[in-house]
Amino acid sequence: MSKLDRTQIERRIVFLVLVIAVALPLIFPLGMKTYGTPLTKKAYDLVENTPPKSVVIISFDYDPSTVTELQPMALAVIEHAWKKEHRVIATAMWPQGSKMADLAFAEVQKKFNNEKVYGLDYVNLGYKVGGMVVIQGMGRNFKTVFPKDTSGLDYEDIELLRPVKSLRDIKYVVSLSAGDPGLRDWIMTAKGKYDVPVAGGTTAVSAPGFLPYVNDQNQLYGLMGGMKAAAEYELLLGYEGSASLNMNPQSVAHILILILIAIGNVKAWRKRKADAKQGEVKNG
Amino acid sequence: MADLMTVLGIWLGAFFTLSIFSFLYKDNPFYKLSEQIFVGLSAGYWLIYTIYNILVPNLFNLLLTDFANNWLLLIPFALGLMMLLRMIPSLQWVSRYPIAIMVGTTAAIYMLLSFKADFLSQIAATMINPFKFTSAVDVVGTILLIIGTLCGVYFFYFSRKKEGVFAVPSKIGIWFLMVSFGASFGYTVMARISLLIGRLDFLLRDWLHIIR
Amino acid sequence: MKKNVPLILAFISGMLILVAGFIPHYPFAMLEETLTNWFMIISSFAILLGQSSLIQANVTRVARRSPNWQYHLAGLISFGLMVAFGLLWGMEHTPGIFGHGEAVVRNLGIKPFDYVFEYAYMPLSATMFALLAFYIASAAYRAFIIRSFESNLLMITAVIVMLGRTSFATLLTSWIPQSWSFLRLPEITDFIMQYPNTAAQRAILISASLGIVGASLRIILGIERSYLGGGK
Repeated sequence: MSKLDRTQIERRIVFLVLVIAVALPLIFPLGMKTYGTPLTKKAYDLVENTPPKSVVIISFDYDPSTVTELQPMALAVIEHAWKKEHRVIATAMWPQGSKMADLAFAEVQKKFNNEKVYGLDYVNLGYKVGGMVVIQGMGRNFKTVFPKDTSGLDYEDIELLRPVKSLRDIKYVVSLSAGDPGLRDWIMTAKGKYDVPVAGGTTAVSAPGFLPYVNDQNQLYGLMGGMKAAAEYELLLGYEGSASLNMNPQSVAHILILILIAIGNVKAWRKRKADAKQGEVKNG
Repeated sequence: MADLMTVLGIWLGAFFTLSIFSFLYKDNPFYKLSEQIFVGLSAGYWLIYTIYNILVPNLFNLLLTDFANNWLLLIPFALGLMMLLRMIPSLQWVSRYPIAIMVGTTAAIYMLLSFKADFLSQIAATMINPFKFTSAVDVVGTILLIIGTLCGVYFFYFSRKKEGVFAVPSKIGIWFLMVSFGASFGYTVMARISLLIGRLDFLLRDWLHIIR
Repeated sequence: MKKNVPLILAFISGMLILVAGFIPHYPFAMLEETLTNWFMIISSFAILLGQSSLIQANVTRVARRSPNWQYHLAGLISFGLMVAFGLLWGMEHTPGIFGHGEAVVRNLGIKPFDYVFEYAYMPLSATMFALLAFYIASAAYRAFIIRSFESNLLMITAVIVMLGRTSFATLLTSWIPQSWSFLRLPEITDFIMQYPNTAAQRAILISASLGIVGASLRIILGIERSYLGGGK
């Protein structure tokens, strides 16, 4: 068998083992519980400590590619905000985010027996192009940026928007972000320029890069990084949602990756040893 | 009928999911087809949202219903049309006007906001007295934070050849960066596995009903 | 005319934003608001331009019967379908040319645009990125090899973080007494993320921000002109 064939077969075995490692705990959950971290708790506390009737923004800055990580966060944060009687404005810096907001609101409405009223308890203002520039525009005049919501209702006809003239009237922003434009733009503009508290939920990939913003300047009030953080938020709200359940396969897959790293290193070490031996033989 | 269409939709989703996964074996017509459909749908979706969510409410509607108060919007409208002239090779240069406005605006906004959030605030956030903490872990951590930040910046910014004592901070900076890249790798694994979980969950739950 | 006017426009718009940043009052605040609103509209046309280029490229491929033209035709058809569904019946709450299409919704359960989004676009998009899980597993197996002190640091951190963020982490180190709890895996992971990782990421942010300031100034002052493209 040629070296190329062997590499191909090894690759395919790795792929297959990964599928099994993820599928088995999905079918037979291990019942493992996740643990909380201070970063998620801080984001939770921001929502928890904001008074009822406050108008807040949840920004859906992602698309379906990261739905497994960010949609459970969206569901948990909306539920929490509604429990605290906050009035939620959904915005989107990504075009698909607007659709993700619709899906999330519909899902959480089921838990509230469809009692939350569109236009009073929540509104979807949809997608605008421009990231930081758009947020800057909201800071000057909210209505100029969003003359209508996604259903075509005029700004003045939406009750929850009546007290909102600019971003300064917003009590907090939670940006659920899969990249740029997203959380970084909210931190720099909403917090940096207009001093609106910002919390964030990101994919695990981008979470380490946002940690410098969680500091005593409160540039970022807490950070939810990836599905684990979504599971933590579910835990704080007292239910086991999709993120909590999916932590089982996640944990098993991590162990598999660690085993793969170990096997890879043993193989490399053996190869190095064999090469060294061969070198010794050649040099006499 | 609606229920049947939902079932059909789930089968369609499963077909696309498996078609994309088939690339793991090797490139094949199913993958190529799905890839192009994805590109087409994505472009179509974006176009519709741009029209319905931005151009209609923020431009056309305002011009048609209240022209007297919004006639100034004819300027960005004209600049937008100039942007489209990039499609015509002989008139490509016209699109430089709107591009210049966009680039100038973005550069200035980024400059102001990034300087404040990523420079001033980050420096302020690093000026912490480590000994104000009661826990030894926090004291050690904060000292590491200060050293790591200073050495990291030193590594990036002082590009003269570093020898002897001047090489030490640079070396320490690299160590911190390596630790950070390791952490990022761990988090990247976490993110990628999450995406796979989502797809397998769809196949096993919604399509095959193995999970209930 | 072709190069100087754009440079002047970039200078004026950039300076206007800069001045408004320091003097956030009339007339600069109003001018800044106007400019940001215009920016959004012009950007929308930039999106239209991107879509048009994509369509043009695909049409050319199909017309010339280039290799794999059939797939590009499928791409064009799916683009056309999405646009047609959106224009005719709108999406979710937004009406289209034919209003909300109640009859169609009765048969499909949801609007055609939303149907295609949920059952075709979502699986395609999510699966396309899920492929990366396999590649990272393969990379971990083949490329994550101990070589030097630096690579050891990288690997040890990655292993701790990967293990520390699983549900096994608490089980593995729960035997460590409370007084030594900082040695438990979740705590070590939190420590790494909060201190050494933050330090390195902060160094990157600080350094990059200075780079952004330099690059922005070059653009506003007209020193950097590459965005204007080549040609006359």
